[in-house]
Amino acid sequence: MESIISTKDLTIAFGGHVAVDGITIDIPEKQFTSVIGPNGAGKTTFFNLLSGQLSPTKGAITFNGEDITKLSPTKRTRKGIGRSFQITNVFPNLTVLENVRLAVQSKNKVRFQMLRHFTAYKQFEDRALELLEQVLLADKAHSLANNLAHGEKRKLEIAMLLALETQVLLLDEPTAGMSLEEVPAILDVIRRIKEQGDTTIVLIEHKMDMILDLSDQVLVLFHGQLLAHGSPEEIMNNETVQSAYLGGLYDESSA
Amino acid sequence: MGRSTGIYVIIALLLAVLPFVYDDRIILSLVMQVFIFGIFAMSYDLLLGFTGIVSFGHAMFFGIGAYSVAIVLNQNEATLFYLLLGTLLAVAVAGIVSFIAGVLTLRLQSHFYAMLTLALAGLFMVAAEKMRSLTGGNEGFVLMVPDMFIDTSGPTLYLTCLIVLVVFFFLVRRFTQSPVGKVLMAIRENEQRVESIGFSIMYYKVIASMISGIVASIAGVLYVLSLQFVDTSVFATDVTLDALLMTIIGGVGTLVGPIIGAGIIEFAHHWLSDLADVHWIFKRWIILFGIVYILAVIFFPRGIVGTLQEIWIKRKYKKQQGKEATKDKNEAAS
Repeated sequence: MESIISTKDLTIAFGGHVAVDGITIDIPEKQFTSVIGPNGAGKTTFFNLLSGQLSPTKGAITFNGEDITKLSPTKRTRKGIGRSFQITNVFPNLTVLENVRLAVQSKNKVRFQMLRHFTAYKQFEDRALELLEQVLLADKAHSLANNLAHGEKRKLEIAMLLALETQVLLLDEPTAGMSLEEVPAILDVIRRIKEQGDTTIVLIEHKMDMILDLSDQVLVLFHGQLLAHGSPEEIMNNETVQSAYLGGLYDESSA
Repeated sequence: MGRSTGIYVIIALLLAVLPFVYDDRIILSLVMQVFIFGIFAMSYDLLLGFTGIVSFGHAMFFGIGAYSVAIVLNQNEATLFYLLLGTLLAVAVAGIVSFIAGVLTLRLQSHFYAMLTLALAGLFMVAAEKMRSLTGGNEGFVLMVPDMFIDTSGPTLYLTCLIVLVVFFFLVRRFTQSPVGKVLMAIRENEQRVESIGFSIMYYKVIASMISGIVASIAGVLYVLSLQFVDTSVFATDVTLDALLMTIIGGVGTLVGPIIGAGIIEFAHHWLSDLADVHWIFKRWIILFGIVYILAVIFFPRGIVGTLQEIWIKRKYKKQQGKEATKDKNEAAS
């Protein structure tokens, strides 16, 4: 399997605290990779490094064979790494449709057109509506993003991400803070994207059971280190992982 | 869009007829000031309301416009050609200064832009004071204007201001409704998110800063034409605060708002000053405005136009829902 993103000895330290510690990993193309780990394991930090919100203290990231370690988040998005955020991150006082339309506009590289009316780009709006349909949000198209329920905001965020049509989707706990009733709808949306089979998905999840059946590969982070990686079955049966989750494991070097 | 454009055109036409049917010169020149400050406040709102950039030195662009034209006209003959030349100079200088201010600070957090513009406005004020041979220093100077504008409350100048206002209103409106304008609003909402969907926010902020600066300089040009006099007060922080007040009261993030705000402030200023004989407090009208400002921020944070818009959208939404409900009922019945 061809790998689309690889990291080499990826490390970031905040002061003395090493949040991500020497992670070397290949993320295979068009596969579903889950990143799991207990709180504070460095999952989101690892994502921030991949998407460019943070730059590493040490190590390198390559994307399609190209070194992207020093690129800004914008450039990485344009190259094909799109991400969602754990904290809901939409444009609150714009309509749902407008939120997605902006992402479509970005995808179509309409960046500095300032004389034409935005409705001249009817196709963007159609595409945005199509995406909203895909994430089961079409009936809310004209409400303000602010007025959406939490689960709906997460769906909106996924729609914006899909609009970018990036090769890689980085999903940071898409079910975080959701009520139990909302979770299946989101998982359903993610499953549909997976079934289309043309995107690489990397997903952070806290609750391991939720994503095991979706994943092709699972990475387990613990104390910023890559504790294990393998197929869901391997991870389930891995003793180190179990003890990490049960809280019995100490980092021997620091203990 | 069609209907609102129609309403604006009708209002503009009514205003255009005004000087021919109504000849209270004081009121006419007051209306003219409203046009001028309407343009200025609109340019301020482009920053504050649309892009979410705070500027404390917007008066600088107003002053650049005023002094550029005044100096060019003063040093040469007072002809239309030199007026246009002065306007071009104003636009060029405002464009360069706003570009530099933007590039220097807009990649940082927003208060850096506010502080830098404040400092630059102060710098321009000092420059205007010190370069006496050009600017006449603190006292400023009276200038000759092209013949057609000599009558400061005549219809020519009035119509010129109105036309400039209308043209810039529609241009700026088109700009805010363009794809770039939409990105600006998204930047106001959530910068980080705009970045992560693939736009470089820096370019957009600099564009907003430049367009806003250039439009403001045009307001300064008209201002100096209407006074036929210029002094350092055009660079004063008060001018910026006026624009801020007009924008907040009229409605942040709308284009008509600042123009209406300009109308309210100018007329209120005029009438309150007239009341100065009744009680001294009316002389200190700025105190009253301070109170109005606080109340507006607490109770109508979206300003007059913003609040009206909100009510209107809510009603439309309700109506739509009502319609759908009856439709469903009808369908169920049939």
